[in-house]
Amino acid sequence: MDFNFTEEQDMVRDGLSRLVREQYDWETRRKAISSSAGWRPEVWAKLAELGILGMPFSEADGGFGGGAIDAMVIMEEFGKGLVVEPFAPTVVCAGGFLKHGGTAAQKEEHIGGIVAGSSVFAFAYAEPRGRFDYADLETTAKKDGAGYILNGHKAVVIGAPWASHLIVTARTGGERRDRSGVSVFVVAKDTAGIATRDYVTVDGRRAAEVYFENVAVPAEALIGAEGAGLALIELVTDEAIAALCAEACGAMKVAHAMTVEYSRQRKQFGVPIGSFQVLQHRMVDMYTAYEQAVSLTYLATLRLGSDEVERKRAVSAAKVGVGQAARLIGQEAVQIHGGNGVTDEYAIGHYFKRLTIFESEFGNVDHHMKRHIALS
Amino acid sequence: MNLEFTAGEQAFRDEVRAFIAENHPKELGDFGMREDMTREEMVAWHKVLGAKGWSVPAWPVEYGGTGWTPTQRYIWSEENARANTFMPLPFGVSMVGPVIYTFGNEAQKAQHLPGIRSGEVWWCQGYSEPGAGSDLASLKTTAVRDGDHHVVNGQKTWTTLAQHADWGFFLCRTDPSAKAQEGISFILIDMKTPGVEVKPIKLLDGGYEVNETWLTDVRVPVENLVGVENKGWTYAKFLLAHERSGIAGVARSKRGVEKLREIAANETMDGAPLINDFDFAKKVSQLEIDLAALEITELRTLAGEQAGKGPGPESSILKIKGTEIQQRLTELTLEAVGTYGAPYYGSIANDTGSNEYAVGPAHAQHAASTYFNMRKTSIYGGSNEIQRNIITKMILGL
Repeated sequence: MDFNFTEEQDMVRDGLSRLVREQYDWETRRKAISSSAGWRPEVWAKLAELGILGMPFSEADGGFGGGAIDAMVIMEEFGKGLVVEPFAPTVVCAGGFLKHGGTAAQKEEHIGGIVAGSSVFAFAYAEPRGRFDYADLETTAKKDGAGYILNGHKAVVIGAPWASHLIVTARTGGERRDRSGVSVFVVAKDTAGIATRDYVTVDGRRAAEVYFENVAVPAEALIGAEGAGLALIELVTDEAIAALCAEACGAMKVAHAMTVEYSRQRKQFGVPIGSFQVLQHRMVDMYTAYEQAVSLTYLATLRLGSDEVERKRAVSAAKVGVGQAARLIGQEAVQIHGGNGVTDEYAIGHYFKRLTIFESEFGNVDHHMKRHIALS
Repeated sequence: MNLEFTAGEQAFRDEVRAFIAENHPKELGDFGMREDMTREEMVAWHKVLGAKGWSVPAWPVEYGGTGWTPTQRYIWSEENARANTFMPLPFGVSMVGPVIYTFGNEAQKAQHLPGIRSGEVWWCQGYSEPGAGSDLASLKTTAVRDGDHHVVNGQKTWTTLAQHADWGFFLCRTDPSAKAQEGISFILIDMKTPGVEVKPIKLLDGGYEVNETWLTDVRVPVENLVGVENKGWTYAKFLLAHERSGIAGVARSKRGVEKLREIAANETMDGAPLINDFDFAKKVSQLEIDLAALEITELRTLAGEQAGKGPGPESSILKIKGTEIQQRLTELTLEAVGTYGAPYYGSIANDTGSNEYAVGPAHAQHAASTYFNMRKTSIYGGSNEIQRNIITKMILGL
């Protein structure tokens, strides 16, 4: 047993921490997320330059030989600064599909672009009526000669406005919600027949509704075996959940620290409000929830390579526990900040909003509790 | 003991229900509160009620009250919630009005009560300051006597909807040498007076409903001081007790639970309505149970009032539970809408020519922003921590 990080991982953390501190200060972030682009491509280029975008890929695939623990370290730092740039959709999700399901040609075509920062991906899986079930798909991919024709509507595709490529899930066979018949495709966003409606999300990121109307893709766009994509989707989304849990841990750590600091500074009744035992104990409960969330995030991350049942149980446990901690810490942080907590000006409200949306990404607490029960 | 309405109360309910159906301005629809409402829209129903003589039901009859029993007032709130009307704002009707008719002089009553009743005059509340929130008595805004005027200087914050206000009621320190709670006066200020400046505060949901109000050498006629100089704290506490009793929002929350059930019936999970999911249904029922308890608790409080007891410290229970329930309702609504909780609808153009946005179902549109916005309820009106302190001191005697 060993909970130590490698020297390299410590270096990555320190480097990113410095980057976020020096180049991602609050005012800069505020300007960026309210600009028409909504992100900073120069930050993305910097991440490529630092090797962050190539970290979780093997050297054989053109990366730097890291894995899930490196992604965890990276995402935690992004969470601390509420970094909006799409590391999870691009590197964790698209990267995951390519690593686990891509052909040599697909890896060759796409991983280099991801590592260099020239390709940005979004993961188009959710649908208006599918809730959290990856197999509840109305989007279809019909065989057409050697290739496929895609039709459908993907909901709230995070990072799509910035993306050059999309990973799309679609039904190639079976009925809605069947486990078989689900396939995964990689598609350039500018392919004829793809339309997007871009918007801002409540947690300051960008997303889009993505519409596919008779979008013709070649056979080479299929990732993994036709109709057998669900297991691959579950593996990659489990990796994404572990990464998002790490991001949430970073955000919770900062939200908690800000709250403790505020309670030191803010005086009422002639004393710092942090001297009131009722607030002290609530901040202790927040801290405890945070530490438990970190533990569950480690557990999920370390079990990503385990057998399927063990992996899913650990990931669902993390999504439940970290989701509950995110709600507790977000709400209590706002409450203890008083009126200032509900303003746009104070950073705490933005941490609260990010943690709120995190709760429902890739399945909320109820959803993962059910999955955990089903595997117990 | 029984919970049934009498025949007379049932007739009253039919009467007000018919009145609302006929007279609630059609252009307001049944939205209740919308973020982009104009001043005119927000006072439209108030003005109708003013003309009917129903805008201030709880006031004594001599000042324009309806003389309704607490049960009738309860029916009135229920029926308004049922129709999702936008009720008269509390600043005039429930806050400064009762202070003026209880502690004000005849001239103040004659000047201000008619405008509050009719909805012509918009009031705002100048209580909190950047350094005086939960510890309101530490407020620093000063009013210094200068001939026939008080000269007011200071900064107020969280002044709700002050951007529309004609008048404000302000707590100002008139005796800086006195102890914190003494030396405060309750002063009415015409918001058009030179030196009054209202600056919007953007909230985390993107809306602008509160403000900073800066007062710089504002000259206020001495006759605008209500009651006795330096006794303002007494009036402020009187007002807060009144504010709390209306803050439970039971009738609105009941409507909210119905709405939540509708949303959950329209959201699907695994091919079935979400409301059929045991986990979700359990949470909705728990909320309904808490709300049923609160409703009876509020009715017991109202009955106590009818027996001549003013709203006492037990109104803190109504504030705590009422706001917890309102917040829980928004939490569950956001959970219910799932993926479509994430879009920020403030950034999405409504280009469909109807109330439908092109992104997501209509019922998802305000789920996240309402959830964010309602975090304020456990902070405002005396935070829920302060309410617990009140119960600790006044009821438990600790």
